[in-house]
Amino acid sequence: MAQIVVQDLRKAFKVAKREAGLWNAFRGLVKREYTHVQALDGVSFEIEEGELVGYLGPNGAGKSTTIKILSGILLPDEGICQVMGRIPWQERIDHVREIGVVFGQRSQLWWDLPVIDSFELLRDIYRLSSADYRKTLEKVVDTLELTDLLEVPVRQLSLGQRMRCELAASLLHNPKLLFLDEPTIGLDAVSKLVVRDFVKTLNEEQGTTVILTTHDMDDIEALCSRVMIIGRGKILARGKLKDITREVARERRLVVELDGDYSKEYIRSQVPGAELVKLEGKQAHFDFDPARISPPELIANISARFQVRDLLIENQPIDEVISRLYGELHI
Amino acid sequence: MRDGIRLYLRYVSMSLRSQLQYPASFLMLVVGNLAITGIEFLTIWALFSRFGSLGEWSLPEVALFYGMVHMAFAISEAAARGFDILHRQVRSGDFDRILLRPRSTALQVMGLEFQLLRVGRFAQGLVVLRWGLTSLKMSITFAELLLIVAAIIGGGLLFSGLFVLQATLSFWSVDSLEVVNLTTYGGVETAQAPISIYRGYFRSFFTWVIPLATINYFPLMAILDHADPLGIPHWLSWLSPLAGLVFFVLCLQVWNFGVRHYHSTGS
Repeated sequence: MAQIVVQDLRKAFKVAKREAGLWNAFRGLVKREYTHVQALDGVSFEIEEGELVGYLGPNGAGKSTTIKILSGILLPDEGICQVMGRIPWQERIDHVREIGVVFGQRSQLWWDLPVIDSFELLRDIYRLSSADYRKTLEKVVDTLELTDLLEVPVRQLSLGQRMRCELAASLLHNPKLLFLDEPTIGLDAVSKLVVRDFVKTLNEEQGTTVILTTHDMDDIEALCSRVMIIGRGKILARGKLKDITREVARERRLVVELDGDYSKEYIRSQVPGAELVKLEGKQAHFDFDPARISPPELIANISARFQVRDLLIENQPIDEVISRLYGELHI
Repeated sequence: MRDGIRLYLRYVSMSLRSQLQYPASFLMLVVGNLAITGIEFLTIWALFSRFGSLGEWSLPEVALFYGMVHMAFAISEAAARGFDILHRQVRSGDFDRILLRPRSTALQVMGLEFQLLRVGRFAQGLVVLRWGLTSLKMSITFAELLLIVAAIIGGGLLFSGLFVLQATLSFWSVDSLEVVNLTTYGGVETAQAPISIYRGYFRSFFTWVIPLATINYFPLMAILDHADPLGIPHWLSWLSPLAGLVFFVLCLQVWNFGVRHYHSTGS
């Protein structure tokens, strides 16, 4: 059986309607009206041990609700959910002993105390033997480069440093399954790379299953073998990121640096078969469909009509592709 | 169990070190806490110097009531403070983190904060209690002293139970907490004086619903050898500290019910 099995999961929330204005606030004390929000509307998937899966979707699509159900915080209204053979909310304590969760927006470290104090608290919470604890600590400190941070109060850490410590904190008990909820949010480029590298190594070397929600497409591209896209409570697409995006992003982008200034209209009239999407000074960006016009043909066309200084073919920026995908999926 | 206590002590030590990161602010809070509760007793003293006695009770006797209830309340304010601030955790979503740890939720919430500044109230209660005992010039036996200590601990548990109830309410609503303050802070005010001076229904409420009378009234009836107008025999007084424990355990059951509710609503 797969490590995670989810079938037809449904969850609705009752949300109290709050209307603007003082009068309505008072009226709400007496009589409340509720709206019904279907956060999950029949979600099914399976995840095998050792996978690194990206879970995508716009804000409010149902990502956090799914993560909360999988981690045992929340009870679904209907559907089956089994993680490592357990029903998370029924066996909370046994379940959470084997999972790790990192919320990018929230901290689990004690704000005023050195990082090492929080780690030692976790050692007691998870009842780790001191030998196990020391071994794991040594390893995470080493790979996440925390040696100089352990004695620093958490409030003095930069966001990137803190996130590395958060990751370490959620791994001290050697979980088999790790949920990462926007772990790179707000991080600088260097910290992002460190976090990404670490997650990748963890997955490859220890075989830890990782479920990653993020809005950073570079995270997904760099890490995830498989993605699921959720929108309005339903899984709308799943598979390899490349396969999913190929549907909406058949087009490639050609960036040409021209030797001379031309108007958009003129360039458009001279290059049939490709669409000019952007003109920045001398740099022209074309989108084209390789099935309709082959790249050599297009380049030949362009160089026959313009002096070309440099050119480059790339895939369309992944963020644009995803936002187009969301558009096509109506989410 | 032993493991649980060890973890709780770790929480306490972290909480204390957190607070001592800001020593000046900590000192000011303790002094302030001491001053506020000190002034409270001064007002009682002022009333007595005007009226002489409270029914059949003298000032030193009332001092015993006062001292015990404040020590009990200080214990629960320090130890169960986590429940008092739980509504913030629920609102911010930090309560989720507690559910993600393989330990009892109640233990973790208790560990959220240990408020050392409550030593102010505790010390003041101790001073007043001590003054009452000396002024009464009575010799108390070791067993009676034990009863006083047990009653204070029982009272600490009882007030903690009320904090637990208050916290449980925050799973349903963030705004209905004032109701519980009536029974915690109101309870402290009430139990500062012998409960026999109040009206019948009020007395019954604080005996049978929220057993505040067990904190000091019943034990002191036995120690001071007063006959209870309610006709409760002295041997029962010796058992009364247990009421706090029972009450606390019942409140924990209500708490578990609240946590289950949180599981299904997420708020």
